[in-house]
Order: sequence, then C-alpha cells, then structure tokens
Amino acid sequence: MIGLWSVPLLFALPLALGILSLLVTPAWRPRLIFVGLPLLAVASFDVLARLVVEGPRIYELGGWQAPLGINLVVDGLAVGMILMTTLVASLCALYARVYLRDYPPSSSFFWPLLWLLWAGMNGIWLAEDIFNLYVGLEVMGLAAVGMVALRATPQALAAAMRYLLAALLGSLAYLLGVALLYATYGTLSMAGLHEAAAPNVTTHVALALIILGLLLKTALFPLHAWLPPAHGGALTPVSALLSALVIKASFYILMRIWLVLGPEVTPIFTAQMLGVLGAGAVFYGGWMAWRQHHLKQLVAYSTVAQIGYLFLFFPLVTGTGPEAARLAWDGTLMMLVAHALAKAALFLSAGNLILAVGSTQISHLVGISRFRPMSLFSFGLAGVSLMGLPPSGGFTGKWLLLHSAILSGQWWWLIVLFLGGLLSAAYIFKVFRMSFREGPQIDRSVTPPLTLDVTALILASAAILIGLTAHLPLFWLRLGSAFGAG
Amino acid sequence: MTWNALILFGVLATSLVASAVIFLLAESRHTTRSVFNLAAAVLKLLLVGWIVWGVYQNIDYEFRFTIIEGVDFILRADALGMMFVGLSSLLWLFTTIYAIGYLEKAPNRSRFFGFFSLCVASTVGIALAGNLFTFLLFYELLTLSTYPLVVHRGTRESLRAGQVYLYYTLGGGALLLFGVVALHVLVGDTEFVPGGVLSGLDPSLHPLLIGIFLMMIIGLGVKAALFPLHAWLPMAMVAPAPVSALLHAVAVVKAGAFGIARLVYDVYGIEFAFSLGLLGPLAVAASITIIYGSLRALAQDDLKKRLAFSTVSQVSYIILGISLFGPVGTLGGLVHLLHQGLMKITLFFCAGNYAETLGVHKISELDGAGQRMPATSVAFTLGAFGMIGIPPMAGFISKWYLGIGALEAGMNWVLGVLILSSLLNAAYFLPILYRIWFRRRERLWCEGKVLGRFETSGWLLLPTLATAAFALIAGVLAGMPFSPLYWADLIVSREYLP
Repeated sequence: MIGLWSVPLLFALPLALGILSLLVTPAWRPRLIFVGLPLLAVASFDVLARLVVEGPRIYELGGWQAPLGINLVVDGLAVGMILMTTLVASLCALYARVYLRDYPPSSSFFWPLLWLLWAGMNGIWLAEDIFNLYVGLEVMGLAAVGMVALRATPQALAAAMRYLLAALLGSLAYLLGVALLYATYGTLSMAGLHEAAAPNVTTHVALALIILGLLLKTALFPLHAWLPPAHGGALTPVSALLSALVIKASFYILMRIWLVLGPEVTPIFTAQMLGVLGAGAVFYGGWMAWRQHHLKQLVAYSTVAQIGYLFLFFPLVTGTGPEAARLAWDGTLMMLVAHALAKAALFLSAGNLILAVGSTQISHLVGISRFRPMSLFSFGLAGVSLMGLPPSGGFTGKWLLLHSAILSGQWWWLIVLFLGGLLSAAYIFKVFRMSFREGPQIDRSVTPPLTLDVTALILASAAILIGLTAHLPLFWLRLGSAFGAG
Repeated sequence: MTWNALILFGVLATSLVASAVIFLLAESRHTTRSVFNLAAAVLKLLLVGWIVWGVYQNIDYEFRFTIIEGVDFILRADALGMMFVGLSSLLWLFTTIYAIGYLEKAPNRSRFFGFFSLCVASTVGIALAGNLFTFLLFYELLTLSTYPLVVHRGTRESLRAGQVYLYYTLGGGALLLFGVVALHVLVGDTEFVPGGVLSGLDPSLHPLLIGIFLMMIIGLGVKAALFPLHAWLPMAMVAPAPVSALLHAVAVVKAGAFGIARLVYDVYGIEFAFSLGLLGPLAVAASITIIYGSLRALAQDDLKKRLAFSTVSQVSYIILGISLFGPVGTLGGLVHLLHQGLMKITLFFCAGNYAETLGVHKISELDGAGQRMPATSVAFTLGAFGMIGIPPMAGFISKWYLGIGALEAGMNWVLGVLILSSLLNAAYFLPILYRIWFRRRERLWCEGKVLGRFETSGWLLLPTLATAAFALIAGVLAGMPFSPLYWADLIVSREYLP
C-alpha cells in the first residue's frame, strides 16, 4: 500500500495544514500554500497517472475491509473532480494571498477554512459509501459558511446565517435518507446498494429525501434563494470557490447515487421533474442575472442558471439508449468542469473590475475597456464558455447535450439549451455594453496587482482550451464508470 | 504532422499570433504594432500563395485532431476554400494598411487591431474548415470578434448597433448549431465532400432534411444579410470605415454566403438539393433580396448607408448563382464572391476617404468632390461601374455568367431580375458620379487637417487605388490563368465532376 500514499494524502494533508495554520501567526498563514499547493498537485497527478496505467480501483484505507474500514473509490470521475479542485482551488488560493492583504487580519481565518473546505471536498470525491459522503458534506458545508461570514458585515453575516440554515437542513434531509437506506438494506457502500436496492416505498422515500437535501445544497431552482446573497456578497476568492466547486459536490453525490441505484429504482418521472426544475433554473437564473445592477450578484445568478444545465443529466440518462446516456454523461461532466473553470474566472475577473473602478455597480464600468483591457478580456473569455459559444468547454458540453437530447427524442430540452444560451449572452453582453461605452478620457481606475489578473486569465483560458481538447479528459472521466467501455 | 499540415495551420496561426501579440503590446507602441501587423499580413499572403499553387496541382493539405469522440477539428485546403482565403488575406493586407492610416491618433488602437486580426483568423478558419463542426466554431468566433469592432466608437448609437448585431447573429448562430447537430446525429461527422454526403439517406428522412436546410439557411442568411434578416447590416454602418469594409467585403457577409455555398455544394450536394426542390425557393429569396436592397439603396442620402443596402443586394447575387442548377450559374455566383469583395471594399475605402478628408458623409454634399480628390473619385467610379455591371469591369463578368446560367437552368425570370437590378444599380450609383464629376462645389471644403502630400493620407489612398486596380484587372484579364474567373472555373469543374 506504499504506492498509493497519494490517495489518503489528498484529504489528510489539507486537514493537517488546516490545523497547522491555526497554530501559526496570521502573517504566516498564507505562506503555507507554498507547501500545500505543490504537494497536492503532485498527489493529484500521481492519482491520475495510476488511474491511467493501472485502471480504476477501490482503495481500502489502512488496509481494513469495508464494514470496519473506509473504502475510497479511485475511478475516472473521482480523479477528474480532484484535478479540477486542485487547479481551481490552487489558483483561488494564489489570488487570495494577494487579494486579502487589503482586508483586516481577521480575514486570515480564510486559510484554515480553505484547507478544511479542500479536505471536505476531496473526501466527497473519494468516498465510496453514502455515510462518508455525509461527513464530507458537513465538513465542506461548515467551512463554506465560515468563509461567507469572513467579511463580517451585517449583510455578510445574514447571508452566512441563511446559508448555514439551508446547508444544515439539506444535510439533515440527506442523512435521513441515508438512515432509511441503511435500515432497509444494512449497507452503506455504493457497491452494496447497487446489489441490494429494489424499487419499493422505502427506497423511494429515501431517494426523495436525499434528492431534496442535495437540491437544497446545490441551490437548484426553486431552492436557490440562499445562493445569490452568499456567493455574491462574499470576498471574491470565496465567491469563486463556492460557485465553482462547492455546489458541484452535492450535485456529484446525487449523480453517483442516481447511477448506483440504477434504472430499475430511479423513476423516469422523477428524472423528468429534475430536468424541468433544471429548465426553470436556466430561465429564472438567466432572467434574474440580466436584471442585476450589482456585478457579483449578476455572476451569482448566472450560477443559479448554469446549475440548471447539469440537471438535464437525469432525464437524458434515465430510460434512454446507451449512446444517448453516454453522451449525456460526457456532456454533463464537460459542462460541470467548464463551469467550474469559467465561473471561477468570471468571479475573479469581476473582483478585479470592482477593484479597478472601486464600485460594485455595473453602471460604473463605463469606459473600463480602454483602461483595464486584461481584466475585461478574462471576463470575456469566461463569458464565451458560459454562453456556450465555441471554442470553449461550455460549447463542447452543450454540443454533447444537444446530441444526446436529439438522439433520445427529447426535443423539448433543445429549447432549454437554445434559450438558455441566448439569455446568458444577454447578461454577459450587458457588462460589455457598459465597458465599451466611452467615458472619462483620464484613467482614474486602480490597477489590480498582476497576480490577480494572471490567475483569472489562466482559469479563463483553461475554460476555453478544455473545449478544444475535450477528448482526453472525457476519456479519463469515463474510466471505471458504466460508460467506460468505449 | 506533415509539412503541408503545418503550412496550412500557419495560414490560420499568422493572424492568431498577430492578434495575441497585439493584445499584449502596450497601447502606445504604435510603430511596433503596425510593423508586426503588416508583417503578419504579408507572411499570410505568401503562405496562401504557396497553398493555392499546391491546390492547383491537386496536393492535399489537411490538419486535423480529435475534439471529442466522433468530432474532429479539420482544416483542409480545397479550391472553394482557397478562393475565400485568398480574397480575405489579400484584402486583410490592404484593410490593415488603410486602418493604420484611418485610426491615426485615435484611442483604443490595441483593442481594435487585436480583434481585427482575430476577425480575419475566424474568416480564414471558416474558409478552411473541413467539416461543419469546425465551420460552426469559426462562424461563432467571427460573431464574437466583430462585436468589439462594431461598437468601437463607444457611442450610444454604435452600442445600439452592436446590440442589434448580436440579436441577429447569436440567434442565427443558435439555429445553425441545431442544424449542425441534427445532421451530425443523422450521418456522423459531416465532412465537406464535393457532391455532398446526404443523398444516400432514406427517402423518409427527406422532409426532415428540408427542415434542417431551412434552419441552416436562416442561420447563414443572417450573416449573408438575406431579406428579411438584413436589418443589422445598415445599422452597423456606425462603425469606423475599415470595419465596414471588413464586414461588407472580407468577413461577415461573405462568411454567410460562403457558408451557403458549402451547405449546397459540399453537404447536401447540388444535385440532391435540386432534387429536394430546395434551389428554387433559395433563388426566389435571393432575387427578392436583390431587388429589395437596391430599392432601399435608392432612398438613402447617407453614402455609407447607400453602400450598405447595395451590399444587401449584391451579396445575394452570390446566393442566386449558387441556387442556379448548372455549372455556369455556379461559376457566376462564385466569381462574384471575389468580384463583389474587390469592388465593395474599394467603394467603402472611398467613402472613408471622403469622410476623413472632407468631412462629407452625405451624398448631397459630394458636389465637386472629383476636383478636390481625383484619384479617390476615379477609384469610386471604377467600383460603381463594376457594381452596375458595365464592361470590362469585374461585375460585368459576374452578371454575364449569372444570366447564361439562369437560361441554362431554365429559370428565365432570373434574367428579368438581373436586368431590373442593373437598372436600379445604375439609378443609385450614377447620380453620385454625376455629383462628384459634373457639379461644382459652392462653398469651400471644411478641412480640419492636412493629411499628407497627396489629396489625402497615403495610407488611405494607396489601398483604395490598389483594390480599384484589382477590380479592373479581374474584369479585363478574366481569361488569364489565376484570375478569379479562372479559379471559379476550376472549382466548378471539381464540384460537378467529383
């Protein structure tokens, strides 16, 4: 088991760094990233290399077998999420190191919370049983709530409180569902449930509770009300982390459980309903984003809209042919990864634009394209991916989903993808219209430090590039899944 | 990766790299930027010349990699694509020279030239695309890269024009995307092949294929300014003159027309499209646009607006040629793709020269401009004669072959459209020429600045004269090897005898 040191390291190291960062002085806290980021990067790539060479596997923590020990799943999906987390969180951490300098020392609690969040997320990606998923969800959720509260203004505290209630309610419902499943089948492991689960009332009630809890945590319309104040009001690197990664974790759990229970247990009606809610999110989120005057609120509502696309996964994968289901899997994961990269880039560049003009209002961006083209360029690149225009990850994901919808004969989802793209174009170009208007002739805006611009640009470029090189990541993500034969 | 693939990629890369470097250069580095931009344009032209020679000798140039399972990114040089690449890279060089002069002392030049290069890169990508997916990719990129150019001035009016431009193009792009995905579901990766790839499908799918064709024609027709999808084009006239030249002659409307050519010849196949009965309605739509554009042009007093409606009309000649079933009609349509580009860019350069030098934007203020700016006015006259179709200008060649093609296809009514539209062309161009040459200016010209030792800045004058000369030569020497007509003939022989 020496060879696989990197798997436990992925959540043990952030946990250790989190504790360590509480022990050192605030000035030293940010510096721990120079230890943590390289090690986590090496561990992530090591896991990927092993996955590609040795294939997917179940990893038994400490060598103990399932009921006593903890099993970790190292398949393409988990590794893909780990790599995404490492890339996005690392860049957000580099951004935060510079960004937080202007904030009071209390903001240095960002660092222990970051590591805790990271440990929770990596725990979720790797967990093989539904109870450990719950543990990861709680760890991550509490860290995220703490991060929202960091700004310590009354609005931030109110948003954090709301977020806390939603998160606790969500995980409680999830836990109830888990308890029901455990009481019925006597197993918590995914593999065990896959064998045992049968379509009966208890299973359906448990599934309903689990779905409800996870929808609340993912902020799917109409359970999204906590998201815009929390994501839009937080410190910029926090907004980026929450929107790009945290909401993906609860979606990931739902996706895993849905596939584990299999088509016999998961009703087509529920799948269609999830798709309908997703469509509602796309329309309502897009419409609300377009109506915002506050730049980060616009970006936050854009997240509400983009989550909707992910939920098209359920109707496209349930009760459809193998080819349509594979395309739905590919498309959804492409969307998920592209959104993570693009949304992080969008929040970071929005933060840079706000720093530059000293105001959160979109109407104050007049003329900024002349003076801060680089911040705006990152915003634009990320916007291209969110609008689903080529060449970008968002486009490739949309293409795959369209393909899947046509192939499975569910033409009504085409309308969602069609109008959703136009709505997102409307709110992204709203920002551009303001920026291209000619305003003051003298440059009065602040120049954000180069690190802030570069990290945003890297994330935005990654969102574009992944669309052109989607072949390889999609192949990796399929390893070990039901769609991995091809 | 072979050398040929690298050379082909180089044609795209020259403008992509130019765009990236220009974005990174500081706003104040004007000389470096201009030198770099021109060097890239010349290098691209050399590479294109090399490939044109190769394609002539039937050498294959292909660059491809897999994006997702079953979908490849393909660049491929064929005769049709190289015609469009040749046009856009030649005109890119001249438009860049012109823009350097036009934007002297203007702000935001870094942004302008960066997106300008990106726009040309998209056009080249459209021309070289080897399948529908790659085509769509660059088609949308073109929309994105032209938006900052349309709103460049940052005034309320230009932002409004930009918004309308987006409504039309993004909506059209989304429809096109549906069509492309639908064809992909039916036949897999839709590579462009002379004769098309769809004729083997089951006859029960034919109604669906007609629906997809309609959807894609709407998507492409937006950029080609097909009536009633043309309204964005005259509004976009608020953009600076080099951008108008780019929109009208090099990139946007041409991308739409070229896309329709690809769709008809290399996806559906001309014979299959004919047997589905798709060509007749397309010819009607093109004819309506031709007449409508000319009628609207008559009523405009703003010079650029009149030219814009003239473009609406002239681009549909290309579409008309495509929809005439038979080699001669095709020849007329394709050759007009080149001819219209050369003539229209000349006219827009001239309009820009009048506006920059004399501050004149309206036709009614052009009295006596020929005396003050003889060289520009000669170029304008050549362009206008070409548009009317007076021999030996290039436009005459286009109309001649379109007419014969119409007779050959048995669509005699098209002849009436051609004659009527030529009369209308004359009706809206000749009064301008009359004012320029035969009316006297009453007052002095209100010139703000002296723009060099010629009648205007040399940066503005030389490209104007060069493109006018090309438009003349393309007509006079139409029978020579490598003239537009010669090349269009080569395409026709390869499309009809696959």
